[in-house]
Amino acid sequence: MKALSSWIKTWYLSELWAGLALTLRYFFKPKITVYYPEEKTPKSPRFRGLHAQRRYPNGEERCIACKLCEAICPALAITIDSEMREDGTRRTTRYDIDLFKCIYCGFCEEVCPVDAIVETRISEFHFEKRGEQIMTKEKLLAVGDKYEAQIAADRAADAPYR
Amino acid sequence: MSELILGFWNGLWPEARLVLTSLFWVLVIMVPLIVAVGFYTLVERKVIGYIQGRVGPNRVGFHGTFQWLADVLKLVLKEFVIPANANRFLFVIAPIISLVPAFSAWAAVPFADGIVLADINAALLYILALTGMGVYGVIIAGWASNSKYAFLGAMRSAAQMVAYEIAMGFALVGVLMAAKSLNLGDIVRAQEGSIFHWYWLPLFPLFLVYFISGVAETNRAPFDVAEGESEIVAGFHVEYSGTGFAVFFLAEYANMILVSALSVVFFLGGWLNPFAGVPWLEDVTAGVPGMVWFFAKMAIFIYAFLWFRATFPRYRYDQIMRLGWKVFIPVTIFWLVVMGLFIVMNWPWINLGFTVLGISIVLILLGRFAGSKTPVTT
Amino acid sequence: MPISPEALIFYPAAAMLICAALAVIMVRNPVHAALSLVVCFFASAVLWMLLEAEFLGIALVLVYVGAVMVLFLFVVMMLDINVAVLREGFVRRAPFAALAAIIMTGLLVWAVWFERLGLPEFAKPALRPEGYSNTTEIGKVMYTEYVYPFEIASVILLVGIVAAIALTLRRRGGTKHQDPAQQVKVRREDRIRLVKVEAEKNH
Repeated sequence: MKALSSWIKTWYLSELWAGLALTLRYFFKPKITVYYPEEKTPKSPRFRGLHAQRRYPNGEERCIACKLCEAICPALAITIDSEMREDGTRRTTRYDIDLFKCIYCGFCEEVCPVDAIVETRISEFHFEKRGEQIMTKEKLLAVGDKYEAQIAADRAADAPYR
Repeated sequence: MSELILGFWNGLWPEARLVLTSLFWVLVIMVPLIVAVGFYTLVERKVIGYIQGRVGPNRVGFHGTFQWLADVLKLVLKEFVIPANANRFLFVIAPIISLVPAFSAWAAVPFADGIVLADINAALLYILALTGMGVYGVIIAGWASNSKYAFLGAMRSAAQMVAYEIAMGFALVGVLMAAKSLNLGDIVRAQEGSIFHWYWLPLFPLFLVYFISGVAETNRAPFDVAEGESEIVAGFHVEYSGTGFAVFFLAEYANMILVSALSVVFFLGGWLNPFAGVPWLEDVTAGVPGMVWFFAKMAIFIYAFLWFRATFPRYRYDQIMRLGWKVFIPVTIFWLVVMGLFIVMNWPWINLGFTVLGISIVLILLGRFAGSKTPVTT
Repeated sequence: MPISPEALIFYPAAAMLICAALAVIMVRNPVHAALSLVVCFFASAVLWMLLEAEFLGIALVLVYVGAVMVLFLFVVMMLDINVAVLREGFVRRAPFAALAAIIMTGLLVWAVWFERLGLPEFAKPALRPEGYSNTTEIGKVMYTEYVYPFEIASVILLVGIVAAIALTLRRRGGTKHQDPAQQVKVRREDRIRLVKVEAEKNH
C-alpha cells in the first residue's frame, strides 16, 4: 500500500506540486524590502560608525593624549603626537585615524578614560580622493561638534547597561 | 509624397515587392518580440524577487519598468572582449547562430486563425529542426572561447539537448497523431470544442514531457547545467561580454517565449476560446479576439518558466540524463501506444481525456488515503 | 533576362554547398571541417526545398544537423587530433590515393555523363498544385510500397543500437553509484528514530 502511494506520488509529481504551491504562496505574501535611501532600518545606540571627538560643555576638548586608544587599536589605525599646551595641560598636536585600516571594533571608545573618542551612528560617508580617509583631529572635532546632541543621547541611552 | 512612394512601389519588380512585404511582416513580429524579451528579463527579476519576499528592480522608471532598457544600454556600451587564443570568427558568429533559430521559428507560429507569417505544411517539422539548431550556438561558443569552463558547458549542453530533443520529438509525434496534421493552424483547429478537447488533457503525459523538455532545451533552471554558476562559472558564455553576451541572453529568452507559444499551440488550443461550450460565458466572451486568448495562455507558461526557476534546485547532471533517456522517452512511447489504440478503435480524443481525468482523480484520492499519515512539514 | 526567384535562391545555395563541401575535405581544423559539413547539409536542404521536397529538406536538417552532427562535433571537439601525424607519409601514399580518386571520378563521369548525358534529357519537373504535401506523399509511399524495406531498415538500426550498447555497457564491480529510485523512496521514518531519553534521576 505504501509502495502504491509512493508510486502514485512519483508519477503525479506530488512533491513538485507541493514545492510550486509553496513558492506561489510566497509570491503573494507582503514583501519585506526596505527602500533604502527613503526608508531606513532602526539603528542601535551602540552602532559603531564614523568616529568623532567630543568636547566638554565649556568648549574644551576632552582628549588628554593618554594614547590608550593608540595602544589598544588592533589595526594600528590611530596615530597620536602630543605636546604641552601654554596652560600646562597635555594635549594632542596630531590625532589621525586611518579609516581604511580601522575595523570599527570600538575598542578606542571603550578604553578612553574621558569619553573623548567615540563612534557615532553615522554609516553613510565616503571618500573621493586618496588621503581623505585620514580623519584628522580637526575633522574628528568637527564631526563631534555637529552631532554632539545625538552622541550624548546615545551614550545616555546605553549608560544603564554599562 | 504618397504618390511618389506608391509610384516607386509599383515600379519595383514583383519579386522585390514580395521580399519587401515579407520583410515588413518579419519586422512586425521581430520588434515586439525583442521588446518582449527585454520585458521578460525584467519580469523574471520581479517574479523571482516576489517569490523570495523582495520587490526586485524598483529604481529605473515606475517600479523599475525601464530597468531592462538600462540593462540593454549597459551591455551594448560595454566592450566586446575577444580572448587572445579564441577562434575569432566562430567566437563572433556563435551568438548570432544561437539567435537565428530562436527568431526564425516564429515564422510558423499562428497567433490567431490565419494570422501567421508562413503557413507551411510541415510547420511542426520545421520548428523541431530549428529548435534543434539552437544547440550549435552553445557548442560553437563553448569551443571557440578556448576556455575549459566554456567547453564543459558546451559539452553538457550538447548531450542534454540531444537527449531532450528526442523526448520532445516523441511528444510532438503524439500531437501529430491526434491532429493528423503537421500544420500548426490545423493542429489548433483540431482541438476545437471545449477546454477538455484541448490536447493538454488527452495527451497530459506528453504535455508535461513537452514542457519540461522545453525547459531543458532552453537551458533554464532546473536544467541549466550548461551555465551552472556554482560549478563552471557561467558555462558556455563565460568569455562573452557586452553585445555578445546580450545576444545570448536575447536568444535564450526568445527561445523561452517560443516554447511557451508552442506549448499553447500544441496543447492549450492556440487562439481558441477557453469558455467554448460553457453556456453563458461563451456568448459573453465571443467578441474577444483569438490573439488575446493566445497571449493570455502564453503568459501561463512564461510565468511557469520563472516559477520553476524560483522553486526547484538545479538537477545533477547524471540525473538530467537519466530523466531524459530513462523516464521521458519510455513515458512518451507508452502514451503513443495508448493513442494508437484509440486511433485503431476510432474513439474520439475526448474519451481519452476523460479517461485520464477519471483515472487521475481515482489515483490521487487513493494516494491520499493510502499514503502514510506523517504530516508534511513546510 | 529577368532572374526568377528560384534562381536567386538556387545559385547562392549551390555555390555555398560546393564551397562548404570543398572546405570539409580541405580545412585543416577538424572542427571547422565538421561545421562546414553542417553548412553543406543546410545548403542541400535548401536545394531540396526548391525541388518541393520540403519533408526531405527539413528531415535532413532535423536529423543530420540537429542530432548527428551535434554528436559528431561532440566527439571531434573532445578528441585531440594531431594533424601532423595524419599528414605523415602523404607523399608515399599519394599515388594510391590519386589512383583511387581517378577511378572514382571516372566511374562517376561514366555513370552520369555518358549514360544519361546532361540536363536536357530530364524534363523539368512540373510545379505541383497548391496544397500538394510532400510529407503525405512520402508517408503514403513509405507505408505501402516500401513498407518492408522501411521496417527492415528500422529493425537493422535497432539491432545496431542494441549491439552498440551491449558492446560498451559493462558493469564493473566495486564502483559506487546511486539508485535514484531508492533515494526517492526513502521516507523520514526509515532514517530517523526519535528516542525519548529518560532524564537521569538522582536518588
